[in-house]
Amino acid sequence: MNREEYKGVYVYAQQVDNKVSNIALELLGKAKVLANDLGSEVVAMLLGSDIKDQAQKLAEYGADKVIVVDHPFLKEYMTEPYTQAISNIIYEFKPDIVLFGATAIGRDLAPCVAATVHTGLTADCTKLDIGDFPMTPIPGKETLHKQLLMTRPAFGGNTIATIAIPDFRPQMATVRPGVMQKLPRNREAKANIIEFDAHLEKNNRYVEILDVVKKVSDYVDIQDAKILVSGGRGMQNKENYEKYLRPLANLLGGQVSSSRAGVDQFGIPKELQVGQTGKTVRPKLYIACGISGAIQHLAGMEESDLIIAINKDETAPIFDVADYGIVGDLFQIVPILTKMVEQELAKKAEM
Amino acid sequence: MDFALSQEHAMARDLFRAFAQNEVKPLAQEIDEEERFPSETVAKMAKLGFLGIAVPKQYGGQGCDYLTYTMCVEELAKVCGTTAVVLSAHTSLCQMPILHFGTEEQKQKYLVPLAKGETLGAFGLTEPGAGTDAAGQQTKAVLDGDEWVLNGTKMFITNGYYADTYVIFAMTDKSLGRKGISAFIVEKGTPGFTFGTKETKMGIRGSATYELVFTDCRIPKENLLGKLGQGYAIAMDTLDGGRIGIAAQALGLAEGALEVTCDYVKTRKQFGKTLSQFQNTQFQLADMAVRCDAAQLLVYRAALDHDLPKKSDGMSSSMAKLYAAETAMYVTTKAVQLHGGYGYIRDYDVERMMRDAKITEIYEGTSEVQRMVIAKNLLK
Amino acid sequence: MNIVVCIKQVPDTAGGVKFNPDGTLDRAAMLAIMNPDDKAGLEAALRLKDEYGAKVTVVTMGLPKADAILREAMAMGADDAVLVTDRVLGGADTWATSQTLAGAVRALDYDLVITGRQAIDGDTAQVGPQLSVHLGLPIVSYTQKLRIEGDYVIAERMFDDRHHVLKVKMPCLLTALSELNEPRYMTPGGIFDAFKKEVTVMGRKDLVDVLDSNIGKVGSPTQIAKASDKVRKGAGTQYIPEDATDAAEYIVGKLKEKFII
Repeated sequence: MNREEYKGVYVYAQQVDNKVSNIALELLGKAKVLANDLGSEVVAMLLGSDIKDQAQKLAEYGADKVIVVDHPFLKEYMTEPYTQAISNIIYEFKPDIVLFGATAIGRDLAPCVAATVHTGLTADCTKLDIGDFPMTPIPGKETLHKQLLMTRPAFGGNTIATIAIPDFRPQMATVRPGVMQKLPRNREAKANIIEFDAHLEKNNRYVEILDVVKKVSDYVDIQDAKILVSGGRGMQNKENYEKYLRPLANLLGGQVSSSRAGVDQFGIPKELQVGQTGKTVRPKLYIACGISGAIQHLAGMEESDLIIAINKDETAPIFDVADYGIVGDLFQIVPILTKMVEQELAKKAEM
Repeated sequence: MDFALSQEHAMARDLFRAFAQNEVKPLAQEIDEEERFPSETVAKMAKLGFLGIAVPKQYGGQGCDYLTYTMCVEELAKVCGTTAVVLSAHTSLCQMPILHFGTEEQKQKYLVPLAKGETLGAFGLTEPGAGTDAAGQQTKAVLDGDEWVLNGTKMFITNGYYADTYVIFAMTDKSLGRKGISAFIVEKGTPGFTFGTKETKMGIRGSATYELVFTDCRIPKENLLGKLGQGYAIAMDTLDGGRIGIAAQALGLAEGALEVTCDYVKTRKQFGKTLSQFQNTQFQLADMAVRCDAAQLLVYRAALDHDLPKKSDGMSSSMAKLYAAETAMYVTTKAVQLHGGYGYIRDYDVERMMRDAKITEIYEGTSEVQRMVIAKNLLK
Repeated sequence: MNIVVCIKQVPDTAGGVKFNPDGTLDRAAMLAIMNPDDKAGLEAALRLKDEYGAKVTVVTMGLPKADAILREAMAMGADDAVLVTDRVLGGADTWATSQTLAGAVRALDYDLVITGRQAIDGDTAQVGPQLSVHLGLPIVSYTQKLRIEGDYVIAERMFDDRHHVLKVKMPCLLTALSELNEPRYMTPGGIFDAFKKEVTVMGRKDLVDVLDSNIGKVGSPTQIAKASDKVRKGAGTQYIPEDATDAAEYIVGKLKEKFII
């Protein structure tokens, strides 16, 4: 393999119902930074059916080039035609780096592509840099420059590892949503749009979609919330989320969220779950009520700007990440806290 | 010589522990408070084969040894004394006499559904006037044609009302004394078999303790268990095994109380230190732990003895029960003390554990009876 | 119907994480359990067995001590167990792992291959999809419901905002979510039986159609540049209030300090 043949930072521009997902824009933002370090270009891969009109948006968020694969097979996301399309782009254009969002789609698609084209893939990255591999020179071993260094948490965020793919191309990664910053939109930007025939062919890996059932969600995305009041096992039941947490969240202009225990045991909707198998959040304020703080949960919230935890058990791991940890009974504290916050806000309104 | 559990036993213990933590512990406080029989837990245990652990596979059981069953009772008792005794009475007191003394027909008809958990079992020996002195049976059974006719009253019967199959003892010939006692299998729903008072108790309050009343209760002739006049021997053999179940219950209560107390003293602060930092606490915990461990060794030895081909003389099971029961009282009482005022209120598990522990010094042979058995063996 | 379920022994993350000096995981130093998503996959297979009749074979790649989860799987109801273990397979990334598993699965009869979505140690969710590519099987990731209709699997595939109902011809591969089901307990008798059964041990030579260049550390495209325990942000202040009002006042004070209210 000749590494020099592989050029450009490619981004899979995930779209759902012909609307480009936010994660695609975040990836473009990061790709731009990487491309600047490498002196190469940012290329978006846009797949779908009647999808061309979305290409301009990708340009406005940083794509220098957009490769469009427009095909009826690509209308709804399916593993095999999407894998074929991306793999064929890779064979044709030889990218240096390919990034996917670590979404349900990205985490299905990227490993299939990596297996097909035989390269490495790093899952769920939270940091991407260009640098040397090995990171510190080892005598007798060649130091490769301008490698993609991919940092990811493992063990539910208990450890971090930095991964490189020195001997294979492209270097592939999935990137956790909500971590990378998208660029400010530039409506003047233009990209070179290439329509690519990916030679899609039906095979035994094509599956039949009998039905697509969309969930109607009544919930504001907790990843967008500036303040989260979150409950866990200590909430005891679903009703208590409404009774104790909702009023405080409303006063603070925030949302209610939950640990996995609340979802599994009390029937809190999965959309509100914070953590490894839920969502990663980074609000300005995270109030954890009755959450013990399993590492899978901490992985999803520890980057919050300010963490306040209320828990009866003073040895609860949540206190290891909390800026302020209060040992006590949430059912006694939260109602009084809610009342005091209300009074403070009223005072402020008078001033 | 090796004190380590086999891989199989270690995995079985993990299973029982997981089941106890996930399915039994959450209900322990509630069934105690409401004095409610844990039917839902019994149904779950039935599905997993827990109601037939020590019964051979050919009779629908799991085919495990007595130690495995003992460990199940122990793990259940760590979180709920009630659930442990439901299993112990079912297994030791109802299945075992049918397994050891029943005919092939009786085993097929009664033991198989008991082992599969389709039915629940109980044991009726104690009477208002015949407790420790079991030979003073007043309940009578008279053969009338092809049927035995039972008259009399049994009391303090664990799993009463909820059980489907009862092993009942009655006098068939008063003139022969204890040699005139016989054992019978009686089905719930037999005309003339009714339930009297449900006892309200200090502990194991979710366990159903009923009076059984027999009024001209007619059962088929073939429901005689063992030989005519063999009842007392069957009862003693059964109680010998039953004591291991109760010893395991006592052991579990002690271990459970020690566990929650260790957790508690690490978090509770007084005078700016956690309780665990005080030497008094450490010494108390050490004493509790040593007794738990000693009790476990005695109980496990008794369980292994139970499976030996040579008939046990009752020594190891009596020693296990005596020591485990007194350990349960010792440890739970200390546990309450270390919890202070919180230990005396219902929100804390140790309050229930101490109440549950007391019965283990009383039923299936009081501590005094165990001492009698032990001394008798020493002096013979 | 033959069902192969791939399971993995993982460190219980409650027990802490340890590394070898070269940056690979020191698995020997950690408590080991069956990965939760894999257990859901096994439960799914056992339910198909209960409903339609099937032979369920569990396969794991790992150290000899992974025998424990194979016994556990058999105690839950799996019929056969395969341990893939060999020194040359160590240090594998998801590419090399999926190549190895494919080599083992090829040696077995299968109509359905089930894996968990992801393991709690690596959290990559890559082995299942990559295995499907190597075996040339259609894949349903994130299966949350399934049934069999003749030669077809009807499965619900969960995505963030929707699910697809898919019809897939067997042989095929499914990855299971722990939401798929509540795994059953072992049975006591099942445990004792499980230890009486033989576990098939496969080494490098037993793998079918796998190149040396695709297994173990040598066959892994990804390499660890740096591994470390994560430095958590330092714990803040822990406050033990006198009562609930004191606690609330303390929090309000902090919120004002940070200009949140």
